[in-house]
Amino acid sequence: MSGPGFFRNGGKIPLSQIPVLTVSEFRQNILDAVSKGARISALFGSPAGENVRLIAVLAWRDTGSLSALSAPVQKQYPALTPDCPQAHLFEREIFEQFNVTPEGHPWLKPVRFPNPKKMTDIGVTDFFQIAGDEIHEVAVGPVHAGIIEPGHFRFQCHGETVHHLEISLGYQHRGVERSLVNGPDNRSLHFIETLAGDTTVGHATACSRLVESLTGNRVPARAQVIRGIGLELERMANHIGDLGALAGDIGYLPTMSYCGRIRGDVLNLTAALCGNRFGRRLVVPGGTGYDIAEETAQIMTDRLNAAFRDAESAIGLLWETPSVLARFEGTGKLSRETAEEIGLVGVAARACGLQRDVRSDFPYGIFLLSHIPAVMWDSGDVFARAFVRWQELQRSYKFILEQLAALPEGPVSADISPAIASGHLAVALVEGWRGEICHAAVTNNDGRFLTYKVVDPSFHNWFGLAFALRGQQISDFPLCNKSFNLSYCGHDL
Amino acid sequence: MLKVSKVRLQQGYRTMKWPDGPAPEMPLHFTGRPVLDKERCNGCGDCATICPTGAITCADGKISLDTGLCIFCGKCQKACPKDAIIFGSDFRLAAAERKDLVVRPDSDKTPSAYREAVQKLFGRSLKLRQVSAGGCNACEADTNVLGTLAWDLGRFGIQFVAAPRHADGILVTGPVSNNMELALRKTYAAVPAPKIVIAVGACAISGGIYCGQKETHKGVEEIIPVDLFVPGCPPHPATILDGLLRLLGKVK
Repeated sequence: MSGPGFFRNGGKIPLSQIPVLTVSEFRQNILDAVSKGARISALFGSPAGENVRLIAVLAWRDTGSLSALSAPVQKQYPALTPDCPQAHLFEREIFEQFNVTPEGHPWLKPVRFPNPKKMTDIGVTDFFQIAGDEIHEVAVGPVHAGIIEPGHFRFQCHGETVHHLEISLGYQHRGVERSLVNGPDNRSLHFIETLAGDTTVGHATACSRLVESLTGNRVPARAQVIRGIGLELERMANHIGDLGALAGDIGYLPTMSYCGRIRGDVLNLTAALCGNRFGRRLVVPGGTGYDIAEETAQIMTDRLNAAFRDAESAIGLLWETPSVLARFEGTGKLSRETAEEIGLVGVAARACGLQRDVRSDFPYGIFLLSHIPAVMWDSGDVFARAFVRWQELQRSYKFILEQLAALPEGPVSADISPAIASGHLAVALVEGWRGEICHAAVTNNDGRFLTYKVVDPSFHNWFGLAFALRGQQISDFPLCNKSFNLSYCGHDL
Repeated sequence: MLKVSKVRLQQGYRTMKWPDGPAPEMPLHFTGRPVLDKERCNGCGDCATICPTGAITCADGKISLDTGLCIFCGKCQKACPKDAIIFGSDFRLAAAERKDLVVRPDSDKTPSAYREAVQKLFGRSLKLRQVSAGGCNACEADTNVLGTLAWDLGRFGIQFVAAPRHADGILVTGPVSNNMELALRKTYAAVPAPKIVIAVGACAISGGIYCGQKETHKGVEEIIPVDLFVPGCPPHPATILDGLLRLLGKVK
């Protein structure tokens, strides 16, 4: 696809070139695009005088392009959700942030409870309930049993069977998007780095690319490679950790014990790059904060090989142990159709047989030159989500080895121009370890952020977890939850 | 079974020797405890201007850096024309008193994290409940990692438990979002006294980068009293473990 309103991942477009449609045209255009295979990467409101401008960013996989549409709205507009379920959370968010009502939306529940008047307000909302003598309701959270972030889960059960799970979040809301308005400034990147701390490299890359697009700066080749290495190390560390935790949730202790430690070894490789295990300070607008010395590259290669050897044997046990497979297979199954309809991304989508991977669909930076094939499995269950992780981390490992051996010459950062293009929309997609990260910014006439929209993959995928639990045993919730392993703060912002 | 044993042999024994043996080596670009050089500092204040969290005070030629607010981004080190601020490799940052987190040119020793009363009560067994209250999952992850066999927290009698009723205290991460205030208060109330509170990370100590946000508090102390402060964004696992061990008097 090309033409007005179309651009590439990491590109910008003047607001004047974004088609301004009536709400009904806007709605119809999105429905048509989705029926042709486009996906809603972002749908958000941006202030426009007294009114609100709705902006949709659509991702066209077949051509690797993005398109933007806009429509002014006032108090209400006909909701997309009844005809396009993947819009449901975006529309709830628009209602919550701008008090614009998407009419016909099935249930405009709070997304984040952003302005509680009393501290008792959070989580107070109507929950879907099943009635009947033998129906019972189980409430879990916000504080959970392990060392994890807070969220509230409400199960409607008949006996052991979960008929409905509702996930109510917002406990982690810290006002990140609001704080980015009028940026970028000295604090912006730190908000981004802590937006979802386990995805520091992913989010910092998205933000940096967006800023670079608005300033018109090019990133040196060496920095592109280091960014790629950082991103794939982040993926490896988290996938290894998740596979270990999945083993832990079914009481298979060998893999759990080893992977906990091996994950740390990979985090230490990120620390070898920039001094911080989560990649803070690694990615900055204009390039990277640190270079890799030749001897560091060699040390990293050796340590990566050792960590991968350990991971291979520890994770290999999973696929050879019948009691593990019996618990993984068929649990938390999600159909390809459901996944497509609700707009899943990342590992969860690929485990349902959907080919969705920013690195191959909308390549940028090093991924334009060095391809990492997307991994898919089609059973849609816990096994698929585990197995896709294992396949992916093998490819990440190979990619990092290749890149470390062939680092291009040159600097790792370019001076970034302070002048931000005014009156533009810029969008950057990055394949974080959970899936598609979308950052979209609208700049005002002074070249400052008027709106900064962050869509963490978790925003798309929490609903997938709720669906996966239908008809499952409630005791399988921890296992299903871990197989998605979504971010609370990435959702709550 | 044979395969499991073979893998067990291959993986080996991996629990670190520290604190009895050498401490884990910090990476090359690690930003640990900052050292301020009075002789070099010309009082220009560039560091205070660039600091994203306002952790540096530079007045009348006197400089100080609050490691409770600091996110260890190193911008001040880069901005200083005189190399008067250097982030070293010392990971021992935790302190029992909030005021001891402030680093001055003449305060170059590790702050005390020891509390005699805590050692008497919990020196042999400390059960903690973790509450993430707006934490980004970095502090959480590097707290969690202490339970892995590389760090093996259990060998010190410290363990994370699943219910506040089973706990001797809570370990809090995050600036305390408004939306988590009630849950934090309730969890604290549910822990039987005597109890302790440990604040891990810049956010939990002071709000960190979120200090001043209307959606969050400025750290745990605004809600409940704190017995141990562990600086960092996030703190290295060694920093957290060192803090716990010094609090309990298990290492000096």
